[in-house]
Amino acid sequence: MENSIQVKGLQKSYRQLHVLKGVDFEVKKGSIFALLGSNGSGKTTIVKILTTLLKQDSGNVIVNGFDVVAQPGNVRQSISLTGQFAAVDEILTGRENLVMIAKLRHVKDPLQVADDLLKRFGLADAANRRASTYSGGMRRRLDIAMSLVGESPLVFLDEPTTGLDPEARIEVWRIVKELAGNGTTVFLTTQYLEEAEQLADRIAILHEGRIIVSDTLAALKKLFPPAKVEYIEKQPTLEEIFLAIIGKKNEN
Amino acid sequence: METIKNYYLMDMGVMLGRSLRHIFRSLDTIITVTIMPIAMMLLFVYVLGGAIQTGTDNYVNYLLPGILLIAVANSIGYVSYRLFLDKQRGIFERFNSMPIARSAALWGHVLTSLVSNAISLVVIILVALLMGFRSPAGILSWLAVAGIIALFTLALTWVAAIAGLSAKSVDGAGVIAYPIHFLPLISSAFVPTASMPGPVRAFAENQPVTPIVEAIRALLLNQPVGNGIWVALAWCVGIMIVACLVAGRVYKKGG
Ligand SMILES: Nc1ncnc2c1ncn2[C@@H]1O[C@H](COP(=O)(O)OP(=O)(O)O)[C@@H](O)[C@H]1O
Ligand SMILES: [Mg+2]
Repeated sequence: MENSIQVKGLQKSYRQLHVLKGVDFEVKKGSIFALLGSNGSGKTTIVKILTTLLKQDSGNVIVNGFDVVAQPGNVRQSISLTGQFAAVDEILTGRENLVMIAKLRHVKDPLQVADDLLKRFGLADAANRRASTYSGGMRRRLDIAMSLVGESPLVFLDEPTTGLDPEARIEVWRIVKELAGNGTTVFLTTQYLEEAEQLADRIAILHEGRIIVSDTLAALKKLFPPAKVEYIEKQPTLEEIFLAIIGKKNEN
Repeated sequence: METIKNYYLMDMGVMLGRSLRHIFRSLDTIITVTIMPIAMMLLFVYVLGGAIQTGTDNYVNYLLPGILLIAVANSIGYVSYRLFLDKQRGIFERFNSMPIARSAALWGHVLTSLVSNAISLVVIILVALLMGFRSPAGILSWLAVAGIIALFTLALTWVAAIAGLSAKSVDGAGVIAYPIHFLPLISSAFVPTASMPGPVRAFAENQPVTPIVEAIRALLLNQPVGNGIWVALAWCVGIMIVACLVAGRVYKKGG
């Protein structure tokens, strides 16, 4: 089995609204695949179908060798999902959230698994605080950590950095790269070309219900308009300014 | 599928543990659910009680069954609220994308409703004892009372689940509480239906709370329960089955 995901002719409507009009793509095992599309283009709909939360109207979807309609139980055994909005239990502490998921995944030592993940995600100090007191970035990290319990071979991340400040975003990028380094297949969606560029081995662009291109970054770059050489003063981006200031603070 | 079945009870235990933590960490919920009926009981016994003719010499004895049902009815809004938040925050989606039985998360909430109601009802009964409530009922009658109240709680909990799962806003989730609050008020919980004017009396005598209140009262006072208890059970079981099926469908559809 070379492909973790195989999608053919995928269609989905919400009443009149024809969101997916025949989507095809494949995701290679062990790769990072980015689905790039603007807000409302249907990224979350695709994620929900691939993770068995929603039924497609037509088309074939195979995840880790299992059909999502015929064998949803097997699919769920072999994936994990981090949804678009951080699904953490705010009344529980960070540790309790992780222990709960570890118990539901029936891992051997839930407390140990939780502690390891807390350390790995820089949440050890906040482990015994309720998740409602966490910042957006911490909540997202906890959310992703919860998806990594049980070490599924395929992880879905739906807009993992939307709404995060630049520092937290770079932290999430680091986590995603580390995951893929360990051989996990990552399917992520994003609205930002830059994020796809940073992370993905392969980028697919979803537009008006279809994948208009799906290729490696290098191949895609050939399709983009050539870079123009212009002599203008380059203003640093907000992100660069922000990081420069934060960096200075840390040095002091 | 085999493994899912083996783990079902364990998973439900995890879900129950989670919801119980929610309840004990927002104690105001359980306090509200307990205090309000106690306040009503005090009001009715010490302020209005002298003017109410029920044919029993001890008004607390007459009143307690209705107060217990009011406590259950009050707790129901919180059930839909908690379910709504789980749906809105993507918690159900997280669980549903995991290899656990889909209904475990839902049953966790339902069990939680049973447990938290049991706690507040015990407190209310203790207060009633202090106020002079006395019952000649034996252990079997008390078990029967517990069973009827548990069925009533389950029935209302599933109704609340429908509301919570299909609501589009927090306010919408809570709306279900209002009509349910009214049912005990227009029943024989406070005064016998015979004292009510025609149409009100007709409603009071034919809605579920009246036979349930009267069955519990008869059991606690060691009086014959008659056919009323079957009517009471039929209401509870009927509402429970219908609401459970509808809630299950709404849950599967994802709200
Ligand atoms: N449950 C739903 N009912 C009706 N319309 C929906 C529903 N979910 C999503 N949509 C619509 O489908 C389109 C695609 O949504 P979505 O998949 O969430 O896009 P994205 O994740 O790319 O922002 C949007 O126009 C959205 O409004
Ligand atoms: Mg989306």
